Amino acid sequence: MLEIKNLQVKLEDEDKQILKGLDLKVEAGKVHAIMGPNGSGKSTLSYVLSGRDGYEVTEGSATLEGEDILELEPEERAAAGMFLAFQYPVEIPGVGNMTFLRTAVNAQRKARGEEELSASDFLKEVRAKAKTLKIDADMLKRPVNVGFSGGEKKRNEILQMAMLEPKLCILDETDSGLDVDAMKLVAEGVNALRDENRGFLVITHYQRLLDHIKPDVVHILANGRIVKTGGPELALEVENNGYAGILAEEA
Amino acid sequence: MALPEVKQSATEARLLALTLPESGCLKAARQAALSRVQTMGLPSRRDEYWKYTKPDTLVQADAPKAAVFHADEVPMFNAFERLNIVFVDGVFDAEASDHLEIEGLTIDRIEDICCKDIHWAKDLYGVLEARGQTPVERPLAALNTAFASDGVAIRVTGKVSKPLNFTYVHSDENSDAILHHVIRVESGAEVTVLENGPAASRFNKCMEIDIADGGTMHLVRAQGRDHERRAATHLFARLGTESVFKSFTLTVNGVLTRNEAVIELTGDDAVAHIAGACVGDGDFHHDDTVFITHDAVNCESRQVFKKVLRNGATGVFQGKILVKEGAQKTDGYQISQSLLLDDDSQFLAKPELEIYADDVACSHGSTSGAIDEEGLFYLRSRGVPHAEATDLMTLAFLAEAVDEIEDAEIAADIVSRLEGWLARRR
Ligand SMILES: Nc1ncnc2c1ncn2[C@@H]1O[C@H](COP(=O)(O)OP(=O)(O)OP(=O)(O)O)[C@@H](O)[C@H]1O
Ligand SMILES: [Mg+2]
Repeated sequence: MLEIKNLQVKLEDEDKQILKGLDLKVEAGKVHAIMGPNGSGKSTLSYVLSGRDGYEVTEGSATLEGEDILELEPEERAAAGMFLAFQYPVEIPGVGNMTFLRTAVNAQRKARGEEELSASDFLKEVRAKAKTLKIDADMLKRPVNVGFSGGEKKRNEILQMAMLEPKLCILDETDSGLDVDAMKLVAEGVNALRDENRGFLVITHYQRLLDHIKPDVVHILANGRIVKTGGPELALEVENNGYAGILAEEA
Repeated sequence: MALPEVKQSATEARLLALTLPESGCLKAARQAALSRVQTMGLPSRRDEYWKYTKPDTLVQADAPKAAVFHADEVPMFNAFERLNIVFVDGVFDAEASDHLEIEGLTIDRIEDICCKDIHWAKDLYGVLEARGQTPVERPLAALNTAFASDGVAIRVTGKVSKPLNFTYVHSDENSDAILHHVIRVESGAEVTVLENGPAASRFNKCMEIDIADGGTMHLVRAQGRDHERRAATHLFARLGTESVFKSFTLTVNGVLTRNEAVIELTGDDAVAHIAGACVGDGDFHHDDTVFITHDAVNCESRQVFKKVLRNGATGVFQGKILVKEGAQKTDGYQISQSLLLDDDSQFLAKPELEIYADDVACSHGSTSGAIDEEGLFYLRSRGVPHAEATDLMTLAFLAEAVDEIEDAEIAADIVSRLEGWLARRR
């Protein structure tokens, strides 16, 4: 599904290399988790994959179902099935959450040559999905993320993911800022989307999310590279011992 | 004091091209206004109040030619139940207008004020304009009072069931229109007035609005889509106790627009909201000049102006809140913002507060900025194409001003026009 080879990325405006030859393969139907120290490049990886400005790919490639995505505009990547749940969801004053969702859903459908969702079908679907994430009608009406609590923002990300039904879902610290119940809701939302045709890349610092979203593979990202890959037990090792041991071993 | 020579000769040249209409009982008011013009002289580039906007083409004897624009869309506000009052190039068109009769108000043309002996109108015509000449001079308004060739006098006595709608048609590329309306909203009465259209190649419009205690008026206007037209408009409003006046103006296109609003809150607990949204592309200069005087206790005023500018367009905002001695518990809010879609466009703002009372809450802010890149990326990452995302962000920027319109249907019509404007520029 997603295949990243020797990805090297620097900041556009600064002479600062952040990703230093990253290799990663996420298969359809699988959940891969990425853990790693602060500043190791996890968010950078997610931004580069979704097409944010400010980064320069100096080497390597990234393909989604065989298609080179690094050349695509962010919206084209979205239409190709890429989705990023932001570590810090953006507030957009003046744009209603509902308008935003409908515009996004229909834009993707259009880009894929599908018919737009009718207003009533859309409403029905949003309401149902919002309900399972305990997002109330008021939050749907409000401007995108404006005045949302940290946890509400994260649930809103998952609602967008549920509506857009992407092929590859990247979740960047979706668990941060969530209380125990919200974490369960979010995990249920993610698990409901697990499917043999969909891949997940879950970035997190904590095992507790992985208790709910069981990963197939766990990677450790440090200093711009994947330094270790293993099964779920690797996350437990990090939880218990931190990164020092792993990093020393790989150095 | 003698006027500077340049101003003197420019004023004389303009006056030479005009003739004072023969109108019995308004004659004194017109004469007085004419002498105000002669004393003040017409605006020139040297004037502090015209620092950001060149008045030349608004002042010169002949109106610059402006091509008539034929829009391929249903005119604004057409879908609403309304009483339509049509002016073509500044001349009332009885044929095209509805029958001017509706419960709760009377409408007369200003030329009929005298023969019908309409006292209230006689007592209002030119009065608010004259009051509005201090502390800042507004010579184009005085010129209007003196030479207005048409307009209506509206007296609102009850709750009017549907809006009045002024349709200002521009049909002659050399037209030069001067219209003057006087509106009196009586105690407890309520009316919505809509205005739509460019009116002429050059349009000088003056509206004097006197709202008695407990009266309410909503004004929503759109200044047409003609690119080459010019307009200088003045809104003078005086608000009595517990009265409400809310105005919103949409400006798309037009090479030059100067909209002045001069509001006096003279009765306690009165509310005045003045808002505007403008979108300009290229040869576009738009100036909102607002002067709000708080002269009573516990009044609220709000100014919300948003400008979207691209391809070298210019936006100007001069807004002042004057709180007089004794106008305690004043709540004054003023925001003017521009969204610059490129580096060539500019926004010039001069927000001012002058306060002589101690128990007041006044705030003002002015900002100028580009589209929020973070927001744009967020939208695009969800699959919204760049152009569409930019439009969404632009409409979102304008929303605070559009939200000042209370009627949801009218607001929706305004939004759809803005969407159209943006879509045509993709
Ligand atoms: N636009 C930027 N300007 C300057 N430095 C940047 C920028 N983007 C990323 N960096 C730097 O790149 C490094 C990697 O940042 P990134 O956000 O990818 O880390 P992370 O692994 O997601 O960390 P965390 O766990 O704290 O979220 C950091 O040192 C960060 O400061
Ligand atoms: Mg991060």
